[in-house]
Amino acid sequence: MSEAPAAVTKAIQVVNIVKRYGNFTAVDGVSFDVAEGEVFGLLGPNGAGKSTLIRMMTTLLEITSGSAFIEGFDVQKEPNKARRSIGVIPQAMTSDGDLTVWENLSIYSKLYGIPAAERERSIDELLALVDLTQWRDAPARNLSGGMRRRLEIARGLVHRPRIFFLDEPTTGLDPVSRVAVWEMITNIKQKRNLTVLITTHYMDEADRLCDRIAIVDHGKLVALDTPRALKASIPGSSVIETQFLNPPADWQQTLTKLAGVNSVQPEGAEMYRILTDDGSRTTTDLVETAVRAGVAIKSLTVQTTTLDDVFVHYTGRQLRDQLADAPLYQSPVVWGK
Amino acid sequence: MLKFFRSERMMAIVERDLRKFFRSPALMMAAMVFPLVQLIVLGNAFGGKIRDARLGIVDHDHGPQAVRILESLRAVESNARTFKPIVYTDEKLMVNDVRKGELNAGLVIPPQFSRDVYMRARPRIGLVLDNTDNFMTSTFENTMTELVDALNQPDVEPRVVQQIVLQVVELYPYNEYMKYLLPGSIALAMFVSVMIGGGIVYIDDKARGVHEGYLVTPITKMELVAGLNLAGALKAMGAGIVLTVIGSLIAGVGSAFQPVNLFWLILLIASTSFAFIAMMFLMMVRVNDPLVPRAMFGILNTLLYFPSGAIYPVLAFPKWLRWIAWIDPFTYAVHGFKAVLLKGVGFAAIWSDLLYLGVFAFVMFAFSTALFKRTL
Repeated sequence: MSEAPAAVTKAIQVVNIVKRYGNFTAVDGVSFDVAEGEVFGLLGPNGAGKSTLIRMMTTLLEITSGSAFIEGFDVQKEPNKARRSIGVIPQAMTSDGDLTVWENLSIYSKLYGIPAAERERSIDELLALVDLTQWRDAPARNLSGGMRRRLEIARGLVHRPRIFFLDEPTTGLDPVSRVAVWEMITNIKQKRNLTVLITTHYMDEADRLCDRIAIVDHGKLVALDTPRALKASIPGSSVIETQFLNPPADWQQTLTKLAGVNSVQPEGAEMYRILTDDGSRTTTDLVETAVRAGVAIKSLTVQTTTLDDVFVHYTGRQLRDQLADAPLYQSPVVWGK
Repeated sequence: MLKFFRSERMMAIVERDLRKFFRSPALMMAAMVFPLVQLIVLGNAFGGKIRDARLGIVDHDHGPQAVRILESLRAVESNARTFKPIVYTDEKLMVNDVRKGELNAGLVIPPQFSRDVYMRARPRIGLVLDNTDNFMTSTFENTMTELVDALNQPDVEPRVVQQIVLQVVELYPYNEYMKYLLPGSIALAMFVSVMIGGGIVYIDDKARGVHEGYLVTPITKMELVAGLNLAGALKAMGAGIVLTVIGSLIAGVGSAFQPVNLFWLILLIASTSFAFIAMMFLMMVRVNDPLVPRAMFGILNTLLYFPSGAIYPVLAFPKWLRWIAWIDPFTYAVHGFKAVLLKGVGFAAIWSDLLYLGVFAFVMFAFSTALFKRTL
């Protein structure tokens, strides 16, 4: 149903895009491309500019400068052509609680101009895809959070888009529902050969779903690569997280001098995060040093590098620190703001 | 089919709004209960005549003419029951009781009153009024004037009447106040429906992100604004029709159910609904804060309903208030409903109301479409 230009090489192309609200720059000169069929993640804390970026790409926000292209269509000059190519799942649950599952999908089918003859078959197919067939006549308000999110995913697919934008699709869901949504996205992506752009602040989500990840912080793109390449790009292959009892004041400097250590990040409550090239050697050295100094070790874990470490490396702080400060529920942006 | 306007997309917005509305009986009730309560309470409170007011009487004369007056007062007490005469001997005490509110008025028959009547020496009786209550004052004045006029009539009618007599011809049957209020109540029901459906629910949907979902679809500005306006107008029409039927039954306005009148009423209800929703949408088109429509409700109600002539004639207003009435769509709706419901007149009386409401709706719609932002 959507018309694509003759020669499309990139599904999404963002060129030096900027969004300013008065003196505040929410997105500052971000550029990236997303290839067809790719799952691309925008990773960053709340307020990093992820949602603003996605809203500019999906024609919801005016772009201050720069440009964004969807299948070659400039979102500023040909917004309707771009809209036909994309499905969008906003961060907030925007399906209508008073309407049934089927009615929610039917209304959107009509908004996309799906012919009546095709509508019913298409909706039934989608309900099966998101495993909501038995709930088709239930009011959306009666669905659980995970089911409601699946309904929203179905709603974004009613017009068979080729590019799918998901803005923090698992925020607020319990761990089981999160895993179910991940599996659903992977399944739908394969069945419908979709290009997916997903924003998230969950490291495990980005690591599991995305072919490539862009780390966004303070409106700027600070790193962009595959999860594996991003992890390899930072010094150290292991992370030691350890907590001590009453360490001396210069304890961080002592830890920095341990064998193989690249960096030591204090995390509060006498806890330290140590990046090292040699996990086992550093651990042995650490235990010996602590015994010599008479400092008790309360806990100690050793693991391989994660995206969290990548984030710390590129932004200089923990993503979870940002999340702890963020409100539990973030209301959607209202018009005109 | 116009390329920039597809009715299917507009109707999807209408369908969504109506489904939501009909599944929220509280919304429907809220739109109709307030105007109905107002009609019943105000109609009964203001429409009645004064009964059993307390009238103090001091008779300093005790002559035959004073007895005539007292008999007339007793006749009023027995028939119209406007007041109950209470005889006082002390004039000062009676005036004091009027001041204190224990009496509503006082009548003083002076000494030598009967003699003055017989001598035609400008006989007078005094009426002491508590003029802090205009309605009570005018009731006493009117009743006592009628009573005095009756007493002034000669015992034998002259063959040739020399005084000018005003003969009143009433074109329509007597209208109780509730009937007078009904046109305004119908318009008010539509306005409340628009305020809830087109104002409060619209901004709430916006704040919840429902419209964000619409904006990523290929729906055009005009389709979206037209859909939201049409949905709001249909809800307001429903409220208007229900209140016309229920209100007419309560107020006893049988003319509402005559087919020709019904046709004009539906036309008026439709044009009023579109005018109201278009005006409301224009006011809300750039509003994002859900508190705004709630805060505006009382102000708009006062600013639009009261100057419309729904409860008091526009001609009694000062000039600045007449200007508000002149541009207020309520005024034209109320005028039209009065013409059809109370007078049973048709197109000749309401064409200008229909024209104004139609043009007003179109202008408001055009402005709100132009001002509508298709981005967040």
